[in-house]
Amino acid sequence: MAREKFNNFIDSAVPLQIENVDTDQIIPARFLKATDRKGFGENLFRDWRYKENENPNPDFVLNNKKFSGKILVAGKNFGSGSSREHAAWAIFDYGFRVVVSSFFADIFKNNALNNGLLPVQITQKFENEIFETIYKNSKSQFEINLVEQKFTNLETGNFEYFQINAYKKECLLNGYDDIDYLINMKAEIEKFQVIY
Amino acid sequence: MKTLFDKIWDSHVVKKIADGPSVLFIDRHFIHEVTSPQAFDGLQHRGIEVFRPDLTTATADHNVPTQNQHLPIKDEMSRLQVAKLTENCQTHGIELFGLGHEYNGIVHVIGPELGITQPGMTIVCGDSHTSTHGAFGCVAFGIGTSEVEMVLASQCIMQPKPKTMRINVEGQVNSEVEAKDIILYIISKISASGGTGYFIEFAGSAIRSLSMEGRMTVCNMSIEMGARGGLIAPDQTTFNYLKGKKFAPQEADFEEAVKKWKNMVSDENAKFDKELFFDATDIESMITFGTNPGMGIKISESVPALKSIDNQSLPSFTKALNYMNFEAGKSLSGTPVNYVFLGSCTNGRIEDLRTFANYVKGKNKAENVTAWIVPGSKQVEKQAIEEGLNKILIEAGFELRQPGCSACLAMNEDKIPTGEYCVSTSNRNFEGRQGQGAKTLLASPLTAAKVAIAGKII
Ligand code: SF4
Repeated sequence: MAREKFNNFIDSAVPLQIENVDTDQIIPARFLKATDRKGFGENLFRDWRYKENENPNPDFVLNNKKFSGKILVAGKNFGSGSSREHAAWAIFDYGFRVVVSSFFADIFKNNALNNGLLPVQITQKFENEIFETIYKNSKSQFEINLVEQKFTNLETGNFEYFQINAYKKECLLNGYDDIDYLINMKAEIEKFQVIY
Repeated sequence: MKTLFDKIWDSHVVKKIADGPSVLFIDRHFIHEVTSPQAFDGLQHRGIEVFRPDLTTATADHNVPTQNQHLPIKDEMSRLQVAKLTENCQTHGIELFGLGHEYNGIVHVIGPELGITQPGMTIVCGDSHTSTHGAFGCVAFGIGTSEVEMVLASQCIMQPKPKTMRINVEGQVNSEVEAKDIILYIISKISASGGTGYFIEFAGSAIRSLSMEGRMTVCNMSIEMGARGGLIAPDQTTFNYLKGKKFAPQEADFEEAVKKWKNMVSDENAKFDKELFFDATDIESMITFGTNPGMGIKISESVPALKSIDNQSLPSFTKALNYMNFEAGKSLSGTPVNYVFLGSCTNGRIEDLRTFANYVKGKNKAENVTAWIVPGSKQVEKQAIEEGLNKILIEAGFELRQPGCSACLAMNEDKIPTGEYCVSTSNRNFEGRQGQGAKTLLASPLTAAKVAIAGKII
């Protein structure tokens, strides 16, 4: 299934300076009842974004008009918890294309990559700098270069290279996915036998 | 010299992509109503069929009510999701243990009790607690919906190989300590992210002496330290458990299988990327005070003082305490608790019900407490009734509900009201996990029983 190709871009970023953001916060379970993949963005961070009376919570960063952009910068250990891919769908559907953190939960990272969302892992030190830069000026620009695997703070000129395996990188850049690959391998899989 | 994990993993690699993931063959695939509909949709989009429907088993568990299961599900979206699963299974020829079926139940409870889960297998399911099956010496882990689609399409998934860690718990735990306490203790020591990137083998005498139920509880929560999964080498306890189970090999085949399973151990000098040691005698009854499973303490201890928390973690720590309405440095003892939940894939097995029933026998439920006692499966329910546990529960003021995930995840009707504390035997204490604004304290079945009788933490 062809996906949107991932292109390098420059944009501002939204700071979510909270550690251990888990998948129940990203998308609470009561929104997992859909049987298709659409519309999850509306409920991204639902219980932080809205108060009990359904009015937007002005203290939550997504409701702060100052901040915008396709980059979400989150605290350490982002995406822990459940394997629900809905978390990655919600972030993507909301409009983010990159999540930056100093640490990601494994399943989340996989799910993100499978859905065209790029997890960028940087050092804690650099992440602190990014938060500072955004708080100083919310319009600060950052550059994502997937080809070079490089994330740059354009305000300070500082940058870091990030890890991604060559295969996943190809997939993202070309907008194709694992299932395309596996379907092409069917004959080989049919012959395969487990030998201990 | 290979670790058990390496042996299983390596034997299932169909192909290794250079600087990329491995294509891993999957022996058993479990599906449920929540994370599968979009995967079936995807197949339809691509115009392909399920490749090996014989290797997939389905159950309805997350969205189901735990009372009056003979009636149609009230919530329309839930009903639709369960109906969709039934339809998808019919279309693709997948065996479904749906609502009301004698084998229905929580996916990670039914796989083992039916003997579908066996040593040496690779097992996946669109649910993070798939790690539970590792208790049998399997490489079992949770996957996302895209990966569910991969398995349906090709019986394989693409995975980078995780690193390996061995956690040794040596010594004998005291009699009040349960498997749940062991795992909560370990997570409190290494944090909710301490296992990220690793597949964990649990070993040591304290682990060996656990029953299969206890081992499942331990492996179940390996994901709560961020690990990809956890496993325990199979031994006589494992073989005894599997013998005679419905889908396990039978008679002569079983003996053959056991011979093979006996090789499912880490070689003596196998090298792990990381190895940790814990002293079992230091473990006591545990409880969590915060909003991730790593925020746990011995019940006899106080919540950590602010000065013991490093600056980086202070904001999350304070946020968690605010949410839970607890104070740093204070003991939790005496805190009134109005809700108790016994159940889930962590502690919804027969042994857990026995522990609970044993303690409440001849006592009375505290007035202020609403307790949900939810068996993990139809078979557990049946056995509990046969063993007379149900009767004990009723006499003490409790009731046994029908199987399902129930209050583990606030998706079905069983939700904890806003602001209420719930002592829960489930696996996650995230904000709102059991209902918007609900405050979860994770603990063992024995602790849950004590709280249900006392009406407060003791
Ligand atoms: S009981 Fe809870 S953790 Fe287990 S499968 Fe159900 S929702 Fe997931």
